[in-house]
Amino acid sequence: MTALTLTLRDKPQHRIDMAAVSPDRLSGFRPEDVARLSLHYGNRRVQLGEFFDITGKDPHDLIIRNSCGLLDAIGAGMETGNVSIYGNSGDYLGWGMRSGTIEVHGDSGHWTASGMQNGMIRVNGNCGDFAGAAIPGDHQGMRGGTLLVTGSAGDRTGDRIRRGQILIEGDAGDYCGARMVAGTIAVLGKVGIAPGYGMRRGTLLFEQHPASIPATLNDCGEHTLGFLRLLLDSFTELNSRFSQLDRNRLRVRRYAGDLACDGKGELLVWISH
Amino acid sequence: MIINGVSIDDTFAEAFGMKATRVLITAISHRWARHAAEAMTGFATSVIGCGVEAGIEAELSAEQAPDGRPGISVLLFGMSSKALGKQLEARVGQCLLTAPGSAVFAGMRCDKTINLGRNIRFFGDGFQTSKLIGNRRYWRVPVMDGEFLCEESTGYTSAVGGGNFLILAASQIQALNACEAAIDAMCRVPNVIMPFPGGVVRSGSKIGSKYAALPASTNQAYCPTLKGMTDTQLTPDIESVLEIVVNGLSDSDVRTAMRTGIEAACGLGAQQGIKRISAGNYGGKLGKFHFHLHEILA
Repeated sequence: MTALTLTLRDKPQHRIDMAAVSPDRLSGFRPEDVARLSLHYGNRRVQLGEFFDITGKDPHDLIIRNSCGLLDAIGAGMETGNVSIYGNSGDYLGWGMRSGTIEVHGDSGHWTASGMQNGMIRVNGNCGDFAGAAIPGDHQGMRGGTLLVTGSAGDRTGDRIRRGQILIEGDAGDYCGARMVAGTIAVLGKVGIAPGYGMRRGTLLFEQHPASIPATLNDCGEHTLGFLRLLLDSFTELNSRFSQLDRNRLRVRRYAGDLACDGKGELLVWISH
Repeated sequence: MIINGVSIDDTFAEAFGMKATRVLITAISHRWARHAAEAMTGFATSVIGCGVEAGIEAELSAEQAPDGRPGISVLLFGMSSKALGKQLEARVGQCLLTAPGSAVFAGMRCDKTINLGRNIRFFGDGFQTSKLIGNRRYWRVPVMDGEFLCEESTGYTSAVGGGNFLILAASQIQALNACEAAIDAMCRVPNVIMPFPGGVVRSGSKIGSKYAALPASTNQAYCPTLKGMTDTQLTPDIESVLEIVVNGLSDSDVRTAMRTGIEAACGLGAQQGIKRISAGNYGGKLGKFHFHLHEILA
């Protein structure tokens, strides 16, 4: 069967909640059932067919073409399957995702991968603020899986992340990994101010020294850390700049903190060759 | 059956079911990985007195080891998963945690697991941190030379312990030469260890003793100095007997190792004083694995 393909005809005026559109939720749907699927559009409900042309039948491989930044919550809570998005995606991409893969060929909005529990989200572009972060009211952000961003990420990336990894090939904004509970965030570009502010545990791994480091992250000196080899080895399957990193690059400067919050986290900055 | 002039007894080795695990030890160099591995597998010849039987399985190149450093693969065998786990933790704590630059990783992926670093981490006194990479959890314990990196748990499997064969020779040195040849060959077989010193045991035992407190005692039927006063198994031309005990992850591994070792020993031939190959058993009543020498060598 060919992949189920939803092609957005025109850019909508309001935001569309696409949470109902995921491979597992569309399993068993015929194309006419998909067309009748009810979606939130602004303050009313519409049928999916009003905005999308539908081709193909296999929802396990879902393709959204001509996408735009007003399509929110694509792949929210998805438990299986693959979603490919051509164009930008809105906010809450992969929110609470439990398994499967999402690939965006464009930018993604805010709260990308928020509450994600497992699986893989790849954004071939930039993502907004609060990537992998906890939405207001949630105690924890991302809880597993991998978010890979080939561009840059906004502010507060990984705010309250609990587990999993966020890999940013480009830059990250301010307060990266703030209030981090655990997990890993790696950034190959520049990083803004106060990364790791309020972090309890977890690892921030930066290619470059960030714009500033909170006073409560203390310099522990330069070290060769063996676990980095395991981490770098785990990147080798990714089609990414991360997979091309020298796997023997284990020398880092270690800042421990946030000492105001347990202090069991760490900010590691690779030592230049 | 006769191979190269060496007579092969029509008997069998009797082996037992055990639980086994593999751990991979890495360090800055092979020298230090071996120091750690030898300490960990020390005093681990027999479960009767040591709690576990352990040995070095193989040397790992940096490419084969999990963290890209030189390593050693170690196998440990216990009579139960509980006994195995207890010994493993004790040996990791006393022999690997203490060894400079060492790290230890699971060498076996199974549904059933035992603790590797799960409790050792508390040595970190609250400064220890964990790292979940993929679906494996590692512990980083701060120590004076940096960090002791250890995986949280390792798998274990059912295994076979007590495969054996006896080399009967015209002199002690000739028996030892044959054992060295056998061990050199058997060390190249994967999934097995020979847990006794240098892989060889000279104090083959029988079950029980005239002394009630002893569970095992010398096997007088194979003691050459008692040939004239016991129901001996030795002919007048045999002056020395040595045994090689082999534990393996499966009966097929043990069989392969036994065949490899016996063939290597027989390679020296009768001209080098190797007279007979035999094997130890308890009449087939205790162990469920029987390795018949003639079948193995057929």
